Amino acid sequence: MNTKDSKCPRDPIAAHLRDVPRSGIRDFFEIVSSVPDVISLGIGEPDFDTPWHVREASMFALEKGATKYTSNMGLPKLRKAIARYVGDTFHVSYDADREVLITVGVSEALDLAVRALVNPGDEVLYHEPSYVSYRPLIQFAHGCPVPVETRREEGFRITRDRLEERITERSRLLILNYPNNPTGAVLNREDVRIMAECAREHDLMVITDEIYAEMTYNGSHVSIASMPEMKERTIFLHGFSKSWAMTGFRIGYACAPPELTEAMMKIHQYTMLCAPILSQEAAMEALNEPDNDIREMRDEYVRHRNYIYHAFRDMGLPCVEPGGAFYAFPYIGDTGISSKDFALRLLEEEKVAVVPGSAFGACGEGYVRCSYATSLEELKEAMTRMAGFVRRITSC
Amino acid sequence: MDELLKILKNNALESPGNIAKMLNMSEDEVRKRIKEYEKKGIIRGYQAVVNEDQLDINRVMAVIEVTVTPEREGGFDRVSNRISRFPEVESLYLVSGDYDLLLFVEGRDLKSVSSFVSERLATIEGVKSTVTHFMLKTYKHHGVEMESQDEYERLKVSP
Repeated sequence: MNTKDSKCPRDPIAAHLRDVPRSGIRDFFEIVSSVPDVISLGIGEPDFDTPWHVREASMFALEKGATKYTSNMGLPKLRKAIARYVGDTFHVSYDADREVLITVGVSEALDLAVRALVNPGDEVLYHEPSYVSYRPLIQFAHGCPVPVETRREEGFRITRDRLEERITERSRLLILNYPNNPTGAVLNREDVRIMAECAREHDLMVITDEIYAEMTYNGSHVSIASMPEMKERTIFLHGFSKSWAMTGFRIGYACAPPELTEAMMKIHQYTMLCAPILSQEAAMEALNEPDNDIREMRDEYVRHRNYIYHAFRDMGLPCVEPGGAFYAFPYIGDTGISSKDFALRLLEEEKVAVVPGSAFGACGEGYVRCSYATSLEELKEAMTRMAGFVRRITSC
Repeated sequence: MDELLKILKNNALESPGNIAKMLNMSEDEVRKRIKEYEKKGIIRGYQAVVNEDQLDINRVMAVIEVTVTPEREGGFDRVSNRISRFPEVESLYLVSGDYDLLLFVEGRDLKSVSSFVSERLATIEGVKSTVTHFMLKTYKHHGVEMESQDEYERLKVSP
């Protein structure tokens, strides 16, 4: 037998990776980058600069010679400050020495948390439309992603019924992200209490990504980790990117009971070693006067939120009033074109970039994500152009 | 501070329609409240922030520290009001520290500012001494930076 001829060339890429598509946002980014002078509402980061005192403190740290590794868990003084901040803000108490792990952005923390909890074949529940990383990270950990649909009529809040429909005996973990990217939805205390009850009843672990917590505009943010008997089954994720406009610093953290933190730490110490020391020093400074930094940005986001919400209403696009984060998620399905075509044509014809809802999961189809973390001038111009576009495509 | 005032302080040209959208109120209500602020003298005017260094005009600005003998009745008020009437005086503050009044004065040239100080200001009864600093360059004015610095561009689309 001639083995040479019967051999197919081996696919060099790992099988579980082949099925993971590239991020729809990345595809769209490449298209947008090729068009000059675009007003972009497609940006998932604050338009504020990092507060000057934070930048100044990083320069000072560099001058002092903060250029070395830190302990795997992160600088002890920063872990202390984080434990204090989380205690004051989210009403959950974590031990700075054993329950706080500093990571390279919440993105790393999320990856660690999923890998620490998921066995091959475990089902992981997460709500859709959702941030683009959840599904791939579950797949990278050889878990089975199980999206739970959230709907506009329900304010894009996850409900007990829709969650329980998807629970099986293989369900292991629930990922929550409120305030939500891309919908701007928030959960109220009762919603959070119900989710906690479900998690306990069905013995689910919970990863809660609360990166937008400070950007909550109606009522106050409630963390599921603060619910009775929830701390022990929850990994709480937070960071500095959004509330302090520090996306490029790549600095976040995970808080969890000691055995969970230790498990995440195992992966972190072999893969990342530690978060960059300069970013840790900057984060330390950010926690010195959190309220001042955040208040001004939050006030401006509220004004922009109100503006964009009214603008969509005037255009006749149904939209849930965003309760948090800095995204609005208007329904464009009545225009008769797909969210991808809507975004492409809006880009070509009006030079305004929004992200097609389908990038955030199948049930995001019919929507577009518009970030209002941009200057009011740009927001006004974008809304004027978008209104003209919507008028044009709905009249023909 | 009222949200409406914050918006106007940032951009006095913001239209009542846009302000109404941002503050969840009607356009009429916005107009009414602006009128009230104007009537009460809380809003005292609307000005453009101009970078005069970019204009080809000869003009001199000076910061002047003034020490004053306070009066038994009225303290610094009589002298201050008198000084603030001069059109050359752009701003006038009573301050704590080594001197009492801080003036921002504008003039055509060095000579005109000098003569304002020596002939008008220093001769006012109660003014004990003056120290004049001529301004060389404006970096920031009314919270606005006068030189645009190169900025990092954000990615056009990000998750």
